[in-house]
Amino acid sequence: MSEEVIKAEGLTKVFNKHLTAVDHVNFSVKQGEVFGFLGPNGAGKTTTINMLITILKPTEGKASVLGFDIAKQDNNVRNVIGVVPQEYTADEDLTGLENVLLCSDLYGIPRNVAKERAMDLLKLVELTDFKDKKVQTYSGGMRRRLELACGLINRPKVLFLDEPTLGLDVQTRTATWDYIRKLKKEFGMTLFMTTHYLEEADALCDRVVIIDHGKIVVVGSPEELKHSLGGDLITLAIKENDDVSGLIQKVEHVKEVHKEDRTYRIKAEIGEVTTPFIIEALRKNGYTVTRLSLTEPTLNEVYLEYTGRSLRDAEESRETFRAQRMTMWRARH
Amino acid sequence: MSETNDNSKSKFHGLWALTNRELKKWLKEPILLFMAVLQPVIWMGLFGKAMNLGGMFSSSNFGNINIPNITLPGYSVIPQYTSGNVTIPGNVLSQIFQPVFSNIGPSVMQNVFGVTDYFSYMSVGMISFIVMFTTMFSGMSMVWDRRLGFLNKVLSTPVSRGGIILSKVLNATLRAMFQATIILTLAVIFGLQVSSTFNVLNILGVYAAIFLVCVGLSSVFLALALRSTKQETQMAIVNLINLPLMFASNTFFPISMMPDWIQVIARVNPISYLTDTIRQLTVLPLNASSLMLDFTYLGIFAAVFSVIGITLSWRYLTK
Repeated sequence: MSEEVIKAEGLTKVFNKHLTAVDHVNFSVKQGEVFGFLGPNGAGKTTTINMLITILKPTEGKASVLGFDIAKQDNNVRNVIGVVPQEYTADEDLTGLENVLLCSDLYGIPRNVAKERAMDLLKLVELTDFKDKKVQTYSGGMRRRLELACGLINRPKVLFLDEPTLGLDVQTRTATWDYIRKLKKEFGMTLFMTTHYLEEADALCDRVVIIDHGKIVVVGSPEELKHSLGGDLITLAIKENDDVSGLIQKVEHVKEVHKEDRTYRIKAEIGEVTTPFIIEALRKNGYTVTRLSLTEPTLNEVYLEYTGRSLRDAEESRETFRAQRMTMWRARH
Repeated sequence: MSETNDNSKSKFHGLWALTNRELKKWLKEPILLFMAVLQPVIWMGLFGKAMNLGGMFSSSNFGNINIPNITLPGYSVIPQYTSGNVTIPGNVLSQIFQPVFSNIGPSVMQNVFGVTDYFSYMSVGMISFIVMFTTMFSGMSMVWDRRLGFLNKVLSTPVSRGGIILSKVLNATLRAMFQATIILTLAVIFGLQVSSTFNVLNILGVYAAIFLVCVGLSSVFLALALRSTKQETQMAIVNLINLPLMFASNTFFPISMMPDWIQVIARVNPISYLTDTIRQLTVLPLNASSLMLDFTYLGIFAAVFSVIGITLSWRYLTK
């Protein structure tokens, strides 16, 4: 199961000779995993995905999808991938079913096969009741599901999702996550997704890449990334006035202990395993733990650690983002 | 994926799916068709019927022209008279010339326009009008497809790039031909008089000419649409050139009557050749050699412009 489905080596895209959107990126995606590209807007996520789905040609470096070179064998790549774009691309004036059938025509799927598949897919995304309604009448969540159905019409081995939950409300977002999990579980599909929601990457991805300014900052599973920060934070207080720092320090996996009055801030690997041992050690020596909390680092802290700024801060500089986006747009067209 | 690999090798695979999408959208909005046809119909009414150029020369408009008495030397009337003058009273003259006057109108019309009624002349021009407008605005759908991300989605499927471009060209052409048919039918209903050389086969010639212009124009405007970042740019360009292109042609008025500098433009303007072709095939007596010239020009125009347009689009889509 460790076959490499996507492999990128030194993948680079430069727009207009000076705007480097993706800068010598290396990564590989294994068969059957959900692989996430995490980063703020304008970090190069969409440019990377566009190169992998053969819309853009790389300036430098190469990449392959299921062994097909994205630049030289682009049509082979197109046949085996499915794409769920960031935008709602379904035609407003056509019905849901017509849209799915249009997608099937683009892959050259014979009509009788296409009809059957379209009905199955519409059932999968729970749009059967709305298949004959114009897309105009669909809600955001329904449109997103319709895009998903379109992206699956050619039975792809790899599905690319660009910001699959952008602009969706929390409820719809969670529902979309369920569909994505279902795809992975039932079809063993490999999924490549971009997102700028940390929760999303954490909830869905087997492995995450953090990308910033076109460069990969770090790769790993969300758990690994969080652990790489040096572990969880345990905060505890004891009844007694004695300094128990030394005692705590001796417990396995404890890395750092800070004392503030009777409160100890402990950094430890695998906090949920280490904590009982700390309590045990304290109780054996006759100390009483009065308060305890265990905090696991979130991807936000990971992000902060590796990029030097919080993802939310990066999100906030909307003006910068807009200016950047405008430049990208001009550069591309 | 397995079975899709076998039948997706054609160069123009997906062409019909994409064309069909647009035609479907178009047919679902009959108001668009109505609006598109309405404009040339209004022009036909306002220019073709209201501007009654033929009527200007009718005898009733000469009714109160004061013809003075004419005094001629006597010998010019009766050679034997060597001296003295003969005076013919004006009212006698105007009576004598009345039938001549009533012939002036049709003759002037015939000499200038080639037909005796202006409506027949200009309503054929309206076919060029709708062909030009339809093809120029056809690029707009490409601007939308790009903005809404549909183009990117299509580009990520195994549809051939040629299929994407040709679907737009084909769509514009089919639309323009359909609308031209409506205009031609309406023109006949409103009083277009076909020439004696007209027969049903000529209609095929009309379609061939329309087809050539559509392919040439829509290819170029498609390439333009792919490059303009906003639909406003496309709108501005189309609005800037469509009316001048139409007036600097024989759509409304014969080229030979125009000042030299406009003639230069009108003589390279494909709209002139399209209009002339359709006129020869419908309202004018057919002149084989000039019809050949028209078709040759339109053929070259279509070939050159579609090669330019399709090459530019292709390069954009595969960059």
